Amino acid sequence: MIFQPAIIALLLSSAICVLALALIAPFAFEVIRRWDIKSGSERQLQLERRTYLFSMLLAFVLVAQLASVLLFVFNAEKMSGMFVGAMCAVGTLNVNPYGFPALNAKIALFFLAAMWLAINHVDSRARDYPLVRIKYALLLLLAPLLAVAAWTEAQFFVNLQADVITSCCGSLFSEGSKTLVAEASALEPVPAMLLFYGAMGLAIGMSSFHWAYGRGGYGVAVAAALGFAAGISGILSFISLYIYEHPHHHCPFCVLKPEYGYQGYALYLPLFVATAAGLAAGAIRPFAGVASLTAIVPDVSRRLASIASIGFLLTAAVATAMILRSNLVLLDH
Amino acid sequence: MIELAGIRKAFNQGQHNEYWALNGIDLAIEANKVTALRGPSGSGKTTLLTLVGCLARPTEGRVRLKGEDISGLPERFLTDIRRRTFGFVFQQFNLIKGLSALDNIILPAYPTGEPRRELLERAEALLARLNLGHRREAKVEWLSGGEQQRVAICRALINDPEALIADEPTANLDTHLAKEFMAILEGLAGEGRTILLTSHDPLVTESAVVDRGVEMRDGQIVDDR
Amino acid sequence: MKLWFEKQRYLIDFTLASMARRKARNLGLLGVYTVLVFVLASVALYTHALRVEAAKVLAASPEVILQRLVAGRHDLIPPGYLEKVGRIRGVQKKEGRLWGYYYDAVVKANYTFMVPNDASIAKGEIVVGPALERSRGLAAGNGISFRSYSGKLHTFIVASVLPQASEIASADLVLMHEEDFRAFFDYPVGHYTDIALSVANPLEVRNVALKLAAALPDSRPILRDEVLRTYASIFDWREGIVLALLSAAILAFGILAWEKASGLSADEKREIGILKAIGWETGDIIKMKFWEGLLISLTAFLAGFVAAYLHVFYFAATLFEPVLKGWAVLYPEFRLTPHIDGLQVATLFFFTVFPYAAAVLAPIWKAAITDPDAVMRG
Ligand SMILES: Nc1ncnc2c1ncn2[C@@H]1O[C@H](COP(=O)(O)OP(=O)(O)OP(=O)(O)O)[C@@H](O)[C@H]1O
Ligand SMILES: [Mg+2]
Repeated sequence: MIFQPAIIALLLSSAICVLALALIAPFAFEVIRRWDIKSGSERQLQLERRTYLFSMLLAFVLVAQLASVLLFVFNAEKMSGMFVGAMCAVGTLNVNPYGFPALNAKIALFFLAAMWLAINHVDSRARDYPLVRIKYALLLLLAPLLAVAAWTEAQFFVNLQADVITSCCGSLFSEGSKTLVAEASALEPVPAMLLFYGAMGLAIGMSSFHWAYGRGGYGVAVAAALGFAAGISGILSFISLYIYEHPHHHCPFCVLKPEYGYQGYALYLPLFVATAAGLAAGAIRPFAGVASLTAIVPDVSRRLASIASIGFLLTAAVATAMILRSNLVLLDH
Repeated sequence: MIELAGIRKAFNQGQHNEYWALNGIDLAIEANKVTALRGPSGSGKTTLLTLVGCLARPTEGRVRLKGEDISGLPERFLTDIRRRTFGFVFQQFNLIKGLSALDNIILPAYPTGEPRRELLERAEALLARLNLGHRREAKVEWLSGGEQQRVAICRALINDPEALIADEPTANLDTHLAKEFMAILEGLAGEGRTILLTSHDPLVTESAVVDRGVEMRDGQIVDDR
Repeated sequence: MKLWFEKQRYLIDFTLASMARRKARNLGLLGVYTVLVFVLASVALYTHALRVEAAKVLAASPEVILQRLVAGRHDLIPPGYLEKVGRIRGVQKKEGRLWGYYYDAVVKANYTFMVPNDASIAKGEIVVGPALERSRGLAAGNGISFRSYSGKLHTFIVASVLPQASEIASADLVLMHEEDFRAFFDYPVGHYTDIALSVANPLEVRNVALKLAAALPDSRPILRDEVLRTYASIFDWREGIVLALLSAAILAFGILAWEKASGLSADEKREIGILKAIGWETGDIIKMKFWEGLLISLTAFLAGFVAAYLHVFYFAATLFEPVLKGWAVLYPEFRLTPHIDGLQVATLFFFTVFPYAAAVLAPIWKAAITDPDAVMRG
C-alpha cells in the first residue's frame, strides 16, 4: 500500500459513508416494518421524522460519491508518475485488477443515489408518502453496494505496488487489444461520430419530447443510458483525439489534465448531470400509477427530462466546439 | 371551518406514564367567529389548540379543515397548511431575541420565498395598524410587554391567515393592556377572521367579542354555549 | 426557481444573524476549524512545494548516473573506465563528474564542492551558493580560505554568487575549477566521482541501464526517474505520516463539531421551536443549518488555507520546518515557489469539511425535529 494523503482521504470518506449507512440500516428496517401513515401514534411520528435523516444522509452520500469520483481520478492521475509505464490515470488504474472496477462502482453509486433521491423527492411530495417501504427497501439494497464499492477501492489501494510495470492508455486504448473499451476506441472516426451524434440526438430528442409532452418516461432513461455510453465511447474514439491533436491518443482521463486546460470537465460535467437526471426520470416512472402521485410524477419527470435534455445538448455542443477548434484532421472535408 | 370528531390525544403513549390529555372531543369551530376555551389548568385547552392549529396530530380521531381530512397528514404538509391558514399568538409572545421587530414579523414568511419588498410592505402596514411604526427597528427585547404582544400579533398576521389562535393571550398583561388586546381582537373579528383562544381571564371569556365559550374539564368538553 | 433562491437567501440571512448573536460559541468552533485547516494545509503545501522543487532540480540532472562499486561501496571511477562504457545506442553524451563534500568547521556545515562540466570557472576562483553567501558573509570579489583535509590552506576568490531561484539544490554549492578541485582533495589524476549519461528517449533509459549493468558488472546505474519516484514516495510518505498523526486532531475536531452541533443552548432550542411553530418546516430548519455549516466550513477553509499559504511561501514555514525538511545543517532559506495543486486542495477539503459534515449531520437533524408545539408549553 502506498501511504498518501489523497488515498487516506478517499478511504476515510468511503468508510464514513459505509459506517453511516450501516448505522441507520436498522432504523430503515424499522420504518419498513412499522410504517403506518394512518396512525396518529407517537411512534409513527418518530418514524416520519427519521425519514428526514435518511434523505440527508443519502444526499450526503451522493455528494461524497461525486466528489470522490473526481478525487479518485485526480489522484490516479497524480500517482501515475510512480508506476513504470503509467503516463496518466489509466496506467495507475491498471496497476491491479481493482482499479477500474472501483471507479465504475463509484460512478454507478452516484447514479443510483441520484435515482434514489428522485424517488425520495416525489414520494415526499405526496401527502400519503406512498413509496416509503419501497424507498427504504431500495436503501437497504444500496447499502451493501456501497460497502462493495468501498471494499473494491480499498483493495485497489492496498494492492498498489510502486514497482509494477503497468500498461497505460497507449496500449489499453490501442486498436490492437480485445477489451470493450479498446473496441470502443478502435472505432473508425466516421461510424464513431455517427454513433455519438446519433445517441446524443436520441437522448436530446427523447428528453425534449418528454419535457414537452410528458410521455415516454422510460425512453428518457434508456436514451440517457445510451447517451452516457455513447458519450464515453465518443470521448474514447474521437473527441479525445481532437483534444490531444494526436491521431492515436485515446484517453478519457488525460483530458482532465491542466495540459489540456481541464477541458474534460466541461465535457464530463454536463454528461454526468444529464445522465443522472435522465435515469432519475426513468426511476420514478413506475410509480406514475400510484394514486397520490399521478400529478407529481409527470411534473417531476418532465423537469428532470428538461435537465437531461439541456445537459446532453451541452455535452454535444462542447464536443463539437472542441472538434471544430482542433487542428487535427481525421475526416477529409 | 374546523371539525373535530372523536379526538383523543395521548402523551408518552405505551409508556408507564401514558397520559390521555384529550379524551373524546367532538367540536366544530365555525368560521368568522370568536371561540373561547375555558377550563381549569391541565384540562387540555392548549393541547386542543395544537391539534386545531396543525401543530400536532391527534392520536385518534379526525380533524377536518374545510371538509378535508388532515388528521393523518405528515408534518411536512401540516406545516404548509398551518402556515397558510393559522396565525399564532403565544402566552410568552415567543419573539426571537436579537432581531428587530420588523425581522420578527416577517419570519413566518421566509419559507414561502416571497420577495422581500412585498413582505416589508405588508409588515409595515401591520405595524402601522397596531401603532408600532415607530418601533420597527427596535430589538424586541427592548419592547414593553404590550408592544411585544402587538409585534407577536403582527407576526401572526403576516401570511394573512384565515384563523388566529391565541393561547392565554392576556396572562402577561395588565388590565389596561388586556383591554387594548380585546380591542385589537374585535377589529380582527370584524374583518371576518376566525379566532380561537383559551383564557382563564374573565375579561376575555366574558367579553362581548367572544361569540362562543367552550368549557373543558379532564380532556372533555363539559359545557358549550 | 426564483422563489427557491429567495428562500435560500432568507435562510442564509437568518442563519448569519443567528450566528452573529452567538458570536463566542461560533468563533470558538471557527477558530479550531481554521487552525486545523491551517496545519493540514501547511503540511500539504510545504511537502508539495518540496516535491516540486526536487523535481525541478532533478529535471536538470542526467538521465543515468553510473557509479562504480568496490565491495558494495561507492568508489572512484578509475582512468579508462569511461572508455570501457563504449558506445551504447541511445546515449547522447557521457562524461565524468567531479564532486565531493567538505565540512566547514567554522560554521559547522557541509558544503558540496563541484566542478561544473562546462569548465566556465577560472583557476583560483569559485562560485558559491546563497547559503554560503549568508553564513560566511561572502560577496563577489571576496577571498576565502578553506583548510583541506590534508591540512593545507587554499584561498579562492569568489567570482559570483548563484541566484536564489532554486535554493534547495544550490544553497550549499561551491563550484570550482577542475585543477583546484583535484589539488584541494588530492584527487588522483584521471579519476572521477561518477559518470553522467544523457539519454534522449525516455523509453530507452531502462535498456541503457540494463546494457550498462551487463557491460560493467562492478557498476551501479542510477536512473533519474527512479530517484524521482523515490523522492515522490518519500515526500508522500512523510506527508501521509504527518496527516495520519494529525488524524487524531481531525477526530477530535469531529467530536467537537458534533458536540457543538448537538449541545444546542436552551436559547437556540427555543428559537428553533418558535420557528417551527410559526410555520417553518423540518426541512427548512435543516437547510438553514446546512447553510450555517457551509458558511462556517468555507470561512474556516479559506482563512486556514490562505494563512497556510502565507506561512509556507512567505514566512518560510517557520512553524515546522525542522520536522519536515530533515537534517540539513545549512537551512536553505526557503523562498519556495508558490504552487497550489488542485488534488491537494481537494484532499484537504476531504480531510476537513467531510468529517465536519458527517459529524454535524445527526445533530442537525435532531435539532430540526423539535416538536412544533413545544413553545406552547413555556
Ligand atoms: N408533552 C407532554 N407530555 C406529557 N404530558 C403533557 C404534555 N403536554 C401536556 N401534557 C399534559 O396534558 C394535560 C393537558 O395539558 P394542557 O397544556 O393542554 O392543559 P391546559 O388546559 O392548557 O392547562 P393550562 O390552563 O394550565 O394552560 C396536562 O395534564 C399536561 O400535564
Ligand atoms: Mg395551556
